[in-house]
Amino acid sequence: MWSFFHRLASPKHFYRFADRLIPWLGWSTLITFIIGLYLGLIVAPTDYQQGESYRIIYIHVPAAWMSMFVYVVMAIAGGIGLIWKMKMADIIASSAAPLGAAFTILALVTGSLWGKPMWGTWWIWDARLTSELILLFLYLGFIALQSAIEDRRTAANACAILALVGVVNIPIIHYSVEWWNTLHQGPTVTRFGKSAMATSMLIPLLTMFLAFKLYFATTLLMRARVEILERERDTTWMKNMIMGSDE
Amino acid sequence: MRLLPKHPKRRKRLALIVLMIAGIGSAVALAAVALRQNINLFYSPSQILAGDAPRNHLFRIGGLVEKGSLKRNSNNLEIHFEVTDTVNKVPVIYTGILPDLFREGQGVVAQGKLGADGVFVASTVLAKHDENYMPPEAAQAISDAQKLKLQSTMTGN
Amino acid sequence: MKAFFHMGGYAMYVWPSYGLALVILLWNVILPMQRKKWHIASIKRRLRRAQDEK
Repeated sequence: MWSFFHRLASPKHFYRFADRLIPWLGWSTLITFIIGLYLGLIVAPTDYQQGESYRIIYIHVPAAWMSMFVYVVMAIAGGIGLIWKMKMADIIASSAAPLGAAFTILALVTGSLWGKPMWGTWWIWDARLTSELILLFLYLGFIALQSAIEDRRTAANACAILALVGVVNIPIIHYSVEWWNTLHQGPTVTRFGKSAMATSMLIPLLTMFLAFKLYFATTLLMRARVEILERERDTTWMKNMIMGSDE
Repeated sequence: MRLLPKHPKRRKRLALIVLMIAGIGSAVALAAVALRQNINLFYSPSQILAGDAPRNHLFRIGGLVEKGSLKRNSNNLEIHFEVTDTVNKVPVIYTGILPDLFREGQGVVAQGKLGADGVFVASTVLAKHDENYMPPEAAQAISDAQKLKLQSTMTGN
Repeated sequence: MKAFFHMGGYAMYVWPSYGLALVILLWNVILPMQRKKWHIASIKRRLRRAQDEK
């Protein structure tokens, strides 16, 4: 088991592993999305207060959860790369950054589209919305820093430090609605205790969440694979593999 | 499995990172506590009556729309209602269009100024909804059950 | 069916949300696929050129 993880640290083995896993993950993502959309848009009942507009939740909430989850993945990978100088960890961190930024943008825009009809405003500078916007800036900062520094090693280290420092924002986003009074309501789904949502609405939400998770796993591996192709193009194993697949 | 790196240089680097995160974390926490009131989006009616809210300044009030307090003036779109935190109430006047979720008994956040007469003149009114989601039938069932319970306690059954 | 697309009057908020999700999610799948193809083709090109020179 341990040696399996050890081998994954080598780009060569990781590439083969990703190649084998991506089709499986990709198809399960697609199937889960279809089930989740069917449940969320067709099976789930109307909300007693918000009518049909609440269906935005099936995009907004999974995207917001993923925006925080991906950040933690990115920071941990960056930290591992920083301490153990592991090439694969740097590749994971830099592959996660644009995906996290995409989830954050999706969460912010769908939140805005939901806030306008329900709250009466596209945007408000309350603690939840502001801290989520800061998360987007952290992702964009990571991406900008990486492209600004020529040397790969230095860039990875600088980005890892930025990612680790930014982790303090994650609990702030999560607890903002409890620590301060905000326009954004409190959490609906909590890990402990009963969630404040009817089961017929909760099941589609959890299905969509699973779909987003699978999607992230798929696209992370896809991006990592491209990154390996780019970084290892002069190695013998890469040349052999590419010429081998030709015949 | 080793949790800590063996190499002394890596150990040092790990310690440095942990220290840095702890340092920045506590700095942010301190700043957040210091800015507490500024980060808060609104004042509650009790805070306003206690004189915590700024006088002659724009600020936001938040709470629930008191049940039975909503009055509309059919001539000029003027809306009167009371905002409550279940302890204290502040009357609010607003002219304009209300968001879809604005309802008696639901949350509201209004921006405006507090007049000398203690009436809050709002320039914008936003609805704040709670974290509950359920189909209308379920909401009906809950309110029926509550009514039944109330009746039984009143009649002493 | 009409009622489904009407979304109880919130169509102009619900459908753009789902549309944006579709665009962003698809973009993140297509982009790495194209980049992978491009990289493999470029590595092949370089290797062929190196072989020809031999």
